[in-house]
Amino acid sequence: MSTTTTRGVAHPASAKASPARPRRGLRGSSTFNFWLFTSPFLIGLTVFVYVPIGWSLWLSFFEARFTVTPSKFVGFDNYWQMLQDSKFTGSLVTFTVFAVFIVPATWALSLGLALLVNRLRFMKAFFRSVFFLPTACSYVAAALIWKMSMFSGVRFGLMNTILGWFGVENIAWLANPDPPWYWLVIVTLRLWLQAGFYMILFLAALQNIPPELYEAAAIDGAKPGWQTFRYITLPQLRATSTAVILLLVIAAYQAFDEFFNLLAKTTWGRPPLVELYYTALGESQDYGEGSAGAVILTLLILIVTLAQGKFLGFGRGDDK
Amino acid sequence: MTATVPPVTPVDKPRRVKRGSVIGNTGLYVSIGVAALLFLVPFYLIARNALSTDPEITGENWKFFPTNPQWSNLTELFHDTTVDFGRSLLNSAVVAVLITVGTLLVCSLAGYGLARIPYKHANKIFYMVLGTLMVPPAVTFVPSFVLVSSLGWVDSYRGLVIPVLFSGFACFLFRQYFLGFPKELEEAARVDGLGYWGAYWRIVVPNSLNFFAAIATITFISGWNAFLWPLVIGQDPSAWTVQIALSSYMTNQTVNYHLIFMATAISILPLVFVFLFLQRWLVQGVAQTGIKG
Repeated sequence: MSTTTTRGVAHPASAKASPARPRRGLRGSSTFNFWLFTSPFLIGLTVFVYVPIGWSLWLSFFEARFTVTPSKFVGFDNYWQMLQDSKFTGSLVTFTVFAVFIVPATWALSLGLALLVNRLRFMKAFFRSVFFLPTACSYVAAALIWKMSMFSGVRFGLMNTILGWFGVENIAWLANPDPPWYWLVIVTLRLWLQAGFYMILFLAALQNIPPELYEAAAIDGAKPGWQTFRYITLPQLRATSTAVILLLVIAAYQAFDEFFNLLAKTTWGRPPLVELYYTALGESQDYGEGSAGAVILTLLILIVTLAQGKFLGFGRGDDK
Repeated sequence: MTATVPPVTPVDKPRRVKRGSVIGNTGLYVSIGVAALLFLVPFYLIARNALSTDPEITGENWKFFPTNPQWSNLTELFHDTTVDFGRSLLNSAVVAVLITVGTLLVCSLAGYGLARIPYKHANKIFYMVLGTLMVPPAVTFVPSFVLVSSLGWVDSYRGLVIPVLFSGFACFLFRQYFLGFPKELEEAARVDGLGYWGAYWRIVVPNSLNFFAAIATITFISGWNAFLWPLVIGQDPSAWTVQIALSSYMTNQTVNYHLIFMATAISILPLVFVFLFLQRWLVQGVAQTGIKG
């Protein structure tokens, strides 16, 4: 299996002009080629994905503070610690609240925008760009705008200025968990950032709906508007909707950037990843508990994903 | 939607798209125009604040536009000594470009191998790759950090770039794409005596530039905007990326609004250009990543 086989074999084989694939010597060389193409990726995947995952599992069963080569096996203690830690379990609740707001809101907004844009006859590209443009912003940049200008708790913030015109007192949007105005800040931020992205997915799906369906519905007497939307558009978008909701749930679970930046020094509104960040890389550097938390979170995401697949019907979407 | 005219003959209804009274159309454009304005507000705020003075931003009365645009904010930002913003820009540019080039190279090769080169264990290996998609990357940041720090890669480009390259998702997308690539082209190349390697570089890649461009754009954007991993790896300010620098402004004691917003504007500008010029590929690429049903 030397490097020269590729040329040496391919040539005579194809010269025979056999209509089937040139078989004889190429088997060996195709195995060699397979590894030539895939091994850089597979080695990297093993080292930087599989090893960390395995290491994380291993660490989660040890007492590992300030060290990554621990010696004291503690079984499931780290897991119990994390599950009893009200901060961590509270963060799971935080996530749930967040997902309950953000997933339907983004779904509805991005679908609504896609429907509007899809109906445009002029300036379609322009409006598509406008809604898609926020995707260019990072969560950090958006958090900065939201925290320091839009929802700044002081007088000169945009929201407080507008409310002030109507005689409403300044609202401390982020500095106070009660009432929890910070949810409004976080949800609007994420809506703005991600709606355009999902709108593109819906636009692509809308354009794939065969126009004959609408014609047939019109002949059957369906009124354009709600009826065609309910009985044609929505069912046709089912596969995309399922994918979008799945992506939204996973993205919500992984929320980190905007929470970390908006609520850096507060104790409220911490999603799981922020909590894990402080557990593992904060002052106590507890890699054991951090790893256990990561495993719990991963399992939770898997369960939600699978449950959702069962509930919304994975793969049942292509019943055309 | 007042266009529900009494049932004319169904025959002249088929072009639904062109239906719509003047009122319906006006309503459509008004509502979409309002939505568009709302979406543009944050961009307006960045531009306004970046070109204002601090007293203008924090003043009693809301100023819609800076009376005297302060372009000097730009030079002031790069001479500011508290955060080396120029350095962080450079870091981000280098890191995002390396991640893009590396991901394209490594993942496209693997995707092609998995899609097109016959090997009896190829499917098993593909499932192994798919399996990594089940574990959310953000959750593995603790063990990844442990690994990278034990390699001594903290605060280095290696640490910022290499662990990010091996994206199961990109590999998956490339495999799906290559499965749909016309086989005849490659077979013609084989008849001409090219091996897999030659056919790949001379035939497959040049004919797939659109797809490569789409993946490149998406990878570049996520590389430029990444926050968690650079935050974990960039302990020393000399290794900060733009996002970490921006984040540090938010926790700083002294707040220079005009500088912070100038920095934000600069951090967004490259991507806004990418968005405006590469729209076509980007939209197509996003639609393709959308796991179409």
